[in-house]
Amino acid sequence: MNNPITKAIAPGIILGAILLGLVPLISFAIERGGFLNAGIDPAIVHVLWFTLKQAFLSTSISVVLGIFVSRALSRRQFLGRELLLSLLAVPLAMPAIVVVLAITAIYGAQGLLGGGFNLYGLNGILLAHVFFNFPLATRLIVEALNTIPQENFRLAEQLNFSGRAIFHNLEWPVLRNTLPRICGLIFLLCAASFVIVLTLGGPSATTLEVAIYQSLRQDFDVARALNLSLVQILLCLALIFAAGKMALHNSALSSFKTTTIRRDGQSAAAKAFDLLALTIALLLIGPPLIALIVSGITYLNFNLQACVTSIAIALPAALLSVSLAWALARHDNFATHVAALATLIVPPAVLATGWFLALRRFDESLLVVIISIIALNTLMALPFSVSVLAPAFAQITQMHGRLCAQLNISGWNKLRRIDLPMMRRPLAQALLMSFVLSLGDLTAVTLLGTQGLVTMPSLIHQQMGHYRGNDAGGTALLLAAFCFALTLIAQRLGKSND
Amino acid sequence: MKKLAVCLAALLPFAAAAHAKETLTVYTYESFTADWGPGPKIKTAFEKTCDCEVNWVALGDGVAMLNRLKLEGIDTKADVVLGLDTNITDEARALDIFGKHGIDVTRAKVPGGWTDQEFLPYDYGHFAVVYNSETLKNPPKSLDELVNGDPSQKIILEDPRTSTPGLGFMLWMKTVYGDKAADAWKKLKPRILTTAPGWSEAYALFTKGEAPMVFSYVTSPAYHIVEEKTDKYKAANFSEGHYLQIEVAGLIEGSKEHALAQKFLDFILTPDFQNEIPTTNWMMPAGATTVALPEAFNTLVKPAKTLLYTPAEVNKNRKTWIDEWMKAVNE
Repeated sequence: MNNPITKAIAPGIILGAILLGLVPLISFAIERGGFLNAGIDPAIVHVLWFTLKQAFLSTSISVVLGIFVSRALSRRQFLGRELLLSLLAVPLAMPAIVVVLAITAIYGAQGLLGGGFNLYGLNGILLAHVFFNFPLATRLIVEALNTIPQENFRLAEQLNFSGRAIFHNLEWPVLRNTLPRICGLIFLLCAASFVIVLTLGGPSATTLEVAIYQSLRQDFDVARALNLSLVQILLCLALIFAAGKMALHNSALSSFKTTTIRRDGQSAAAKAFDLLALTIALLLIGPPLIALIVSGITYLNFNLQACVTSIAIALPAALLSVSLAWALARHDNFATHVAALATLIVPPAVLATGWFLALRRFDESLLVVIISIIALNTLMALPFSVSVLAPAFAQITQMHGRLCAQLNISGWNKLRRIDLPMMRRPLAQALLMSFVLSLGDLTAVTLLGTQGLVTMPSLIHQQMGHYRGNDAGGTALLLAAFCFALTLIAQRLGKSND
Repeated sequence: MKKLAVCLAALLPFAAAAHAKETLTVYTYESFTADWGPGPKIKTAFEKTCDCEVNWVALGDGVAMLNRLKLEGIDTKADVVLGLDTNITDEARALDIFGKHGIDVTRAKVPGGWTDQEFLPYDYGHFAVVYNSETLKNPPKSLDELVNGDPSQKIILEDPRTSTPGLGFMLWMKTVYGDKAADAWKKLKPRILTTAPGWSEAYALFTKGEAPMVFSYVTSPAYHIVEEKTDKYKAANFSEGHYLQIEVAGLIEGSKEHALAQKFLDFILTPDFQNEIPTTNWMMPAGATTVALPEAFNTLVKPAKTLLYTPAEVNKNRKTWIDEWMKAVNE
């Protein structure tokens, strides 16, 4: 399984999908005269600057908060811990406008806090981005911290390590290795954010993604869209390269069992600190989620067709995404990093347009539409599942790599005896994340969907487009409740398997 | 020819099933075909008049439909396209795939009359600033009062790059202020709470009480009166006149179902189609109806003057005007 050909399969599939989008678009642009001569106007510099600024700030706040909250969650057992962890999975499935409305219910002009908070501008954008991304950061970091061998904590306890020493010697090496990836993911998500930036941005906010969307949609200027995408691609590659340089491979002790129980952090100061972190977390995501319940509870409407369609798209997308992520995470290098982030580097609107051109011969059939929606969802969930699987794989390699090499265990045997048993928990996590993300997807279904294909998020969108904001609230609550229940169940199952 | 053979071969398995009935493929926008939109009833009504089936292909909105047509060109699967508006018909015409509708244009009842031989209107609506009369006691009586009014009373707008009403408002500013539009935008800027990507987002923020005003349609208050039994939302009547949106349909010249497509366009201006429009699409009917409009429609603002650029003017200037808007609000 380690020969170069099998290594190249997953990145090859992804590269193929990207080329299937870009090549028809480029030839379309060339047919209609000029591609590289379309030029880039100076207004883009202003757009770029704002994009980078808000993404940088959103990422920093989300990740710093995520570190403290995940640490508190990792080293403490308390009533409601699982509930909180499951709640943190909910924002992943929420369409952006639902979150914006939930936030205005708290911080808005008629909000619970009395309207003293100026929501429109950088403030509001940051608040919404942190609401989305600090839970993501937390869940990813909890997963990473879980890969620290149990023995290390026992050893640290025997040696009477201080909290600081534990952080420095046990936690930091793992964080050091995974944070660049997590930061990169969140940065790209925020940079590509669209609905939040426009809706909460005040009179004039704009981002590179909006500019690309505008040139594709309003002006149908394919050449300009491609040029702007090129700017985005170059920026992203530079960023990923820098993040890769920062990640160091740690050399922790090997172990046969990853962390299940920790007994560190018992000092009063540590307890107070964790309490503070958890309180902030709860205050950040709690009130908007309660607002979501309050606004939706009296308008619950169950649309079976939308539910079934959503699941029928999300399930295969999650399975495919995790399979690809598995292959990518096994071989952690620059190429696989880039491949995992494909849809954050090449805008989905560009991909979808290109795919349509390439596949339109077949678009008579609903099947092709559904397959392309699943494919786009697969690619969009990829960065999330790779972020969960990569640290776990790194850990296995460290622990068993040499032993396997000595005993000549490889291929199917290694998969069955070593990888699968060790990876069960992260695999379940990755599957859940991709599923929840695809369930909440509005991008792929909007870009590619036709023929009355209605998913839960597109139902929310339709209801809002027809003055039915209240019904949309009900549908959103249903979606949130479904994801919450699913995460809770998955967590329980994961636990009973330990 | 080779292409055709491949297509035919690919279609063979479906041929048996499709042969039983003629199928009319209609491109339209999503909210038209939603359960509570006009689509389902109109499909049933038209299918009663012919031994055929209406196949809706729902795309995001009018602009998304136009882009789909640009990608497909002459090979489009559509027989009829329903849901473009006059801001984009000039671009659609330039694709050279639409044929003459052959319908008597005097049957179309839209402000200013109708002469277009390729596109046929099916409904229209004047844009308007809609306000909450409980929180805004002195609504602006003109666009100029809106532009120069109290900056603490905010309005939620839509982005002209991503939304049809957004483009409508920009064009409205342009018809009223002409060369001075950029200055007017600068004066208006402090009153803009935010510029949402679409009408849905803007209207949702408005009904949550984020601002007392939103840019929407003259007909919006009718929805709240009919469905929610409240008349607190009102449209402001502007003395300069109101900008108009006319939604149109057209038939594809190369369609294999040309006769059926023509029959559908004829159907569009009959009461069976038009009766559905007011309370499902919340727009004004563009043809004769047999069911009286709900009482709520009588309470709506009746614009004294209609403002509208020709499709050619919009097509020629849109890019320049959007750049002008962007520069003005970004300064």
